[in-house]
Amino acid sequence: MKENLWKWLGGILILYSIFAGLLIKVPDLPVIHESIRNLFYHVCMWFAMIIIMGISFINSLRFLRTFELRYDILAAEAARTGLLFGFLGIFTGMIWAKFTWGEFWVKDPQLNGAAVTILIYLAYLVLRSSIDEEQKRARISAVYAIFAFVLLIVFIGILPRLSEGSIHPGKGGSPGLGVNGLDSTMRLVFYPAIAGWVITGIIIWKIRVRLAHLKSRIEELNG
Amino acid sequence: MHWDEVMSLVRKDLKLEFRQRWALNGILLYVFSTVFVTYLAFSGKMDTGPWNALFWIIMLFASVNAATKSFVQESNARQLFYYFLVSPQAVILAKIIYNLLLMLVIALLCYGVFVLFMGSWVVNHALFIAALLLGSSGFAGILTMVAAIAGRSGNNFALMAVLSFPLVLPLLLTLIKVSAASLTPAPFSDHIGNLLVLLLLNLLVVVLGWILFPYLWRD
Repeated sequence: MKENLWKWLGGILILYSIFAGLLIKVPDLPVIHESIRNLFYHVCMWFAMIIIMGISFINSLRFLRTFELRYDILAAEAARTGLLFGFLGIFTGMIWAKFTWGEFWVKDPQLNGAAVTILIYLAYLVLRSSIDEEQKRARISAVYAIFAFVLLIVFIGILPRLSEGSIHPGKGGSPGLGVNGLDSTMRLVFYPAIAGWVITGIIIWKIRVRLAHLKSRIEELNG
Repeated sequence: MHWDEVMSLVRKDLKLEFRQRWALNGILLYVFSTVFVTYLAFSGKMDTGPWNALFWIIMLFASVNAATKSFVQESNARQLFYYFLVSPQAVILAKIIYNLLLMLVIALLCYGVFVLFMGSWVVNHALFIAALLLGSSGFAGILTMVAAIAGRSGNNFALMAVLSFPLVLPLLLTLIKVSAASLTPAPFSDHIGNLLVLLLLNLLVVVLGWILFPYLWRD
C-alpha cells in the first residue's frame, strides 16, 4: 500500500510537470526563448542520476562492511538505473543544445562531466560482467565503484576551474541549482518535477532489485 | 605495516625488472616508436597545441601499458606467499612507488624523444618539470589501483584501458592545462593553484588505495 502511494505520487508529479511545463507562461529570454521549458525535463534527469549514483555508492560501502550480497545487488541495480537517467539527460540535453547553441555537442564542462560519469558506470558494468564468481565480483566491483565515485566527485569539483566558464545559463560552477534567473512560476513546476523524477527513479531501482533477486532465485532452482 | 616491508618489496620488483629486462625495454621502445610515428604523421611540423596534447596522450598510453602488468606478472601462488608475509598496505605502497619510478623513466624518455624529433616548446621549465613529476606520481597512483582491480578479473588487458581512462581524466586535464601554460612565458606563481590540485589528487589516490586495496587482496 505504502509502495503504491509513492508510485502515485511520483506519477502525478511527473504528469503535472509535463503538462504544467508545457502550459505555464515562461519569461522570454534571449537565446533560449521557449526552449527554456526543457529545464523541467532535462535538468531533473541529472538530479535523479546523481542521487541514484549516490545510493549506489552507499551500498558499495555497505557491501564492503558486511560482505552481504544483497548490498551488491542494490549497488549494481542503482548504477544501472542511474545510467538510464544519464542517457536520458544526455539526449534531452543534446536536443536542447541543437536548438539553442546550434550543435548537438558543444565544448562545455557540464557535458564532459556527464560523459565521464556515463563512461565510468559503463566501465563498472563491463568489469562486473567479466567476473563470474559472485562474491569476488561483488567485492572487486564495489572497490572500483567507491574509487571511481570519489574521483568523479573530485572531477566535477575541478572541472569548472579548468575551463573558461560554462555556457550553461545561470552557472557559476555548481551544476543544476543556483539558477538565479529562475522566476517563481517556473519554480512551481521545476521543484515538483525534480521530486517526481527522483521518486520514480527510486521506484525503478526497487523494481530492478526485486527482478534481480527473482532472477537469482530462478538460477538457484534450475542449477 | 613497516616501512622496511615496503622497501624490500620495491627492491624485489626492481630486481625482477632487471632480470627480465624485456618488459622495461618493451615499454621504452613503445614510447620511442609512438613518438616516431607521430613525428612522421605530422611530417615534423607541429604547433604548441598538438605538441602538448600529443605529449600527454602518449604519456597516458605508455603509462597504462606499463602499469598493466603490475599484478599479473607474478603467479597466484606467489601472491599468496606475500599475503602471509606482509600487510596489504605495504604491497600497494610498494607497487605505487615502483610504478612511480617506472613512470618517471617513461616521462623523461618521452620528453627526450619529443625534443629530439619535434623540438622543445617549453619556456617555463620549472613548471613543466613540476607537471611531469606530479603527473607521473598521479598516473602511478591511479593506474596501480586500476591494475589491481583489472588483474583480479579475467581479461586484464582489455579492461585496463576501459577502467582507467575515465578515472585519469581529472588528472590528465589539469596536467594538460598546467603544461600548456609552461609553453607560454607565464609566471610560475600563476599556477600554484593548479599544482596544488594535482598534489591533492595524488594524495587522495594514495589514501584511497591504502583504504581499498586490502579488500581486493583477500580471496
